[in-house]
Amino acid sequence: MSDALLDIDELRVTFPTRTGLVQAVRGVSFSLGRERLGIVGESGSGKSQTGRAIMGLTPPQAEVSAKKLAFDGIDLLSISPRQRRSLRGNRIAMILQDPKYSLDPVMTIGRQIVETLRTHEKVSKAEARERALAMLQAVQIRDPARVFDLYPHEVSGGMGQRAMIAMMLITGPELMIADEPTSALDVTVQLDVLKILDKLVAERGMGLIFISHDLRLVSSFCDRVVVMYAGKVVEQIKASELRDAQHPYTRGLLNCMPRIGFERHPLPVLDRKPEWAA
Amino acid sequence: MTAAIAIEGLEVVFDRFRALKGVSLEVREGESYGLVGESGSGKSTLLKAITGLAPVASGTVTVNGKPLGKTRDKAFYREVQMVFQDPYGSLHPRQTVDRLLQEPLAIHGIADGEKRIERALDEVGLGKGFRFRYAHQLSGGQRQRVAIARALILEPSILLLDEPTSALDASVQAEVLNLLEEVRRRHKLTFLMVSHDLAIITHMCERLMVMQNGEAVETLTASQLIGHRVSEDYTRNLLRASEGFVRTA
Repeated sequence: MSDALLDIDELRVTFPTRTGLVQAVRGVSFSLGRERLGIVGESGSGKSQTGRAIMGLTPPQAEVSAKKLAFDGIDLLSISPRQRRSLRGNRIAMILQDPKYSLDPVMTIGRQIVETLRTHEKVSKAEARERALAMLQAVQIRDPARVFDLYPHEVSGGMGQRAMIAMMLITGPELMIADEPTSALDVTVQLDVLKILDKLVAERGMGLIFISHDLRLVSSFCDRVVVMYAGKVVEQIKASELRDAQHPYTRGLLNCMPRIGFERHPLPVLDRKPEWAA
Repeated sequence: MTAAIAIEGLEVVFDRFRALKGVSLEVREGESYGLVGESGSGKSTLLKAITGLAPVASGTVTVNGKPLGKTRDKAFYREVQMVFQDPYGSLHPRQTVDRLLQEPLAIHGIADGEKRIERALDEVGLGKGFRFRYAHQLSGGQRQRVAIARALILEPSILLLDEPTSALDASVQAEVLNLLEEVRRRHKLTFLMVSHDLAIITHMCERLMVMQNGEAVETLTASQLIGHRVSEDYTRNLLRASEGFVRTA
């Protein structure tokens, strides 16, 4: 891709443990334009660590290395922590799984959004408040002025996740990483939140990395899907062509979920081959 | 055929909050019955009320023809066992699998423990090698297998399943669902299963009840649900949501 927003080549994340080094991410390569890319895998596949490495949120004891990890031409591995901070939350934003844990419990929602904005832009308090309210409106919160002054525990999960999206979008990022943004929500709320995310990403022409364990959800939401297994990419495929997936892991993952209207007893299970992880 | 579980006008009240507002249902013997709903709909509370873990304000629960009083006797817990959602939270972290499985046997004074433990582990597809391990040495799927073994070891006739696979990966979920179907067939168990996932419920259950805000929305058979023959808007919404994201453009 010529105008790649994000270019990753041979990304590795290594954790030191008592029993030696563990590679959580083992040579992941992909590039991202202004599109919706899904990263799918089961627990331990390294999908979240990939997202965190891009964001620069890898725990300090772990080591990140890559032949190339570039965002808009900026080499993320060689810039200073200060430069990295100015990107994070500004040009690259991240939505985490559970608003119960990712929002600050002792700060009102409005103050958190304003804080994010004023960290990255020089705006007056009054203007910041205006923009925060507008952003809350954009994520379809009906009474922004009321929600602005609420604490995270006073709102529902769906509302909290919308506030989180508002906080992440207020700086107008070019790349958004959403790590299981709807897994903690009820199915119907899940769709509302996805709809909002979808609309905003499309309107603002952002690149989106959608990390999830739910292959079917990801394939209905994203343009392209990267399937990870044991720290590696086993398959990259267009979401529309997922039915023709080649790798047995991708096919197994699609197959093993019960579906309404398809009676299969017993359900097909994954027969994990050691060579997938090789 | 007698009802394995019959519930009439069950109300559960926590302080002033009515978690269940007069719910009635009947689960036939040998049937697999599903409860679907979003968080806060009262589906888990219903299971807890049956086992005596939630404060019942009014209504009756009858299990295998016997009405339940304020307290449950030992015989009840030999008939009814529960598998919880989170296998990371429901197994004692400092007890070996062997010790975990011995506890129900000790409580009920069952003598042939040795044999039962071996059989129970064998049944859930864990070999003898797992017997002296701790929960933290097992994966999520293996832990849920231990939890199922613990429920089965007393040879109950009714199993209450509270989101037994929602903490597991999709591929592991398939394995555990297959295991549950297999033990149900082998022991002719009655299942009362809670899930927020319509696909899992239609896969596992013959009949189901949709719940919202502590009330029953409607009762359906699995084939009615598969054929989209539902009468309530709420159920229709749930069905639509379970089909994944649809872009409207």
